[in-house]
Amino acid sequence: MQEKLLEVEDLTVSFGRGKFRVVDGVSFTLGREKLGIVGESGSGKSMTGKAVLRLLPGGATLEAKRLQHQEVDLLTADERQMRDIRGRRISMILQDPKYSLNPVVRVGEQIAEACRLHQHVSGQEAAERAVEMLAAVQIREPKRVFDLYPHEISGGMGQRVMIAMMLVTEPSILIADEPTSALDVTVRYEILQLLDGLVSRSNLGVVFISHDLNLVRRFCDRVIIMYAGRIVEALAADRLEDAEHPYTRGLLAAVPRIHAPRRRLQVLTRDPLWMEAPGVRAP
Amino acid sequence: MTFPSGTETAGRYAAYGRRANNGARLLGSVLATLFGLLVLTFVIGRVLPADPVIAILGDDYDPAAYQRVFLELGLDQPLYVQFGIYIKNILTGDLGNAVITGRPVIQDILRVFPATMELATISLLIAVLVGVPLGVIAAVNRDRLPDHIIRVVTLLGFSAPVFWLGLMGLVVFYAHLGWVAGSGRLSLFYLDLVPYRTGLILLDSLLAGEMDVFWDALNHLVLPASILGYASMAYIARMTRSFMLAQMNQEYILTARIKGCSPNAVIWKHAFKNIRVQLLTIVALTYGGLVDGAVLIETVFAWPGFGQYMVGALTFGDMNAVLGCVLLIGIIFVGLNLLSDALYRVFDPRTK
Repeated sequence: MQEKLLEVEDLTVSFGRGKFRVVDGVSFTLGREKLGIVGESGSGKSMTGKAVLRLLPGGATLEAKRLQHQEVDLLTADERQMRDIRGRRISMILQDPKYSLNPVVRVGEQIAEACRLHQHVSGQEAAERAVEMLAAVQIREPKRVFDLYPHEISGGMGQRVMIAMMLVTEPSILIADEPTSALDVTVRYEILQLLDGLVSRSNLGVVFISHDLNLVRRFCDRVIIMYAGRIVEALAADRLEDAEHPYTRGLLAAVPRIHAPRRRLQVLTRDPLWMEAPGVRAP
Repeated sequence: MTFPSGTETAGRYAAYGRRANNGARLLGSVLATLFGLLVLTFVIGRVLPADPVIAILGDDYDPAAYQRVFLELGLDQPLYVQFGIYIKNILTGDLGNAVITGRPVIQDILRVFPATMELATISLLIAVLVGVPLGVIAAVNRDRLPDHIIRVVTLLGFSAPVFWLGLMGLVVFYAHLGWVAGSGRLSLFYLDLVPYRTGLILLDSLLAGEMDVFWDALNHLVLPASILGYASMAYIARMTRSFMLAQMNQEYILTARIKGCSPNAVIWKHAFKNIRVQLLTIVALTYGGLVDGAVLIETVFAWPGFGQYMVGALTFGDMNAVLGCVLLIGIIFVGLNLLSDALYRVFDPRTK
């Protein structure tokens, strides 16, 4: 990894003036690679993603030693600079297209809007770019789909639209927050393959947030395991089996296997000490 | 996906069929509502102790004449026959004669209604043009100073009685400050100066090119319309605020912000677009409420409109006039509901 796209050092997100730390001293760097963040609900993985874009919910406080995207210091950037970063240089795909697309705006227009916001193009050109992008996410009849409303398309198609909207501006970082969790299992791998293809072609850095270990293992280069707001372990994706932390081992043991003899799955036993131990710095 | 053309045509016909079906259902429900309204007004007319014969003849009537009128009105017939006559009369535009004016009720209503329409419409304009932006501002600045101020202002408008506000308004702006004209629609000097075309003086004076009359009418209108509009503005602002708050928590707002939309674009292009339908319902109902809510303000401002006419009719026990008014208000509400229903389809793609 030569080029650092994102450097995060000691990132903390808290509510109630530092009382409740939902992200607690997280450090990692991202190059042009696919980095998975895995953890259970409430482990702070989504908050980490939103913190990078500085789009935390009201009442949340963000602190960090360093939050650097190439030449831009995301900690000191003002709201105007952040708006220029969002969508253009760092994008984010949300979980469920049923909620993340605006129900009363045509899907093509939603893609074209992203284009118009960041590239100096006419409305006509933006619309053409949107149609091209719809074709790029393998939607058949992109011109027809352009004029549809979100309720008229399926979940898988909605997520394709979301991907198109977030990649149309050719960002250098894509944060994918559980992009396939709301989809049917059959559609999941389709979307993932599509995302993989697009991402490899444009060679961008991806933060892939998920709770699905199998998915992350297939898709990512490296994996960060989060627990209670901290990174407990960082590994290469193909070396997940060598995990040492009992939490990671527990997660792995809780995944059913098709070809293994059927036994009762192991239940995760949590050690309160995990919450005390200092977080791991991911390289 | 490409469908064979046969399937596509079939699909299109199904859509037409659905639309026609919806139209039929809508028409059916409108007719049923209007029928219910007629039953109501008819029953009220028969149940109330006011004797329709005496209403026509006056208190010192001649018994022979009483008998004749009694038969003429069909009051000896069974109720369902009477109801049939009532429906027939209404369908032919005959609402009976008003005792207080001695003219057909329908003529009276047509004469006084434009004054109320003018007042209510300007009030609604004020209410919407002020209320909607205030509601949005309050929602965007939730729990901060602008929100608190707007909430207090709207709470006042919501809870202060409109006739009291009217009186206070007259005392302050007319009697003390002299900023606006007093009661009535026009100063005496300008009465009957412009030809009657629509009955809306603002429009009539413009059509006649009489700017003096226009300004005088506006001067008279601005205070009652503002006060009447204030209460509706308060309602619209509060509803807008809560609709907007519900939208601002939606996930697609986060999407818009991730895209890099400016706060204004997030609010107006994304959130506001989603509350238009709900807002429309509120505005339509408010308009109906303004027409009948004009009763109090018309009394305070001696506004020669529908509300004053109805109060007069009620005071004299003139049942034909009162029931005519009630019927009209009912029809206005049904009509506005129908209108907002039609506009839904324009603003919300999901209802197509």
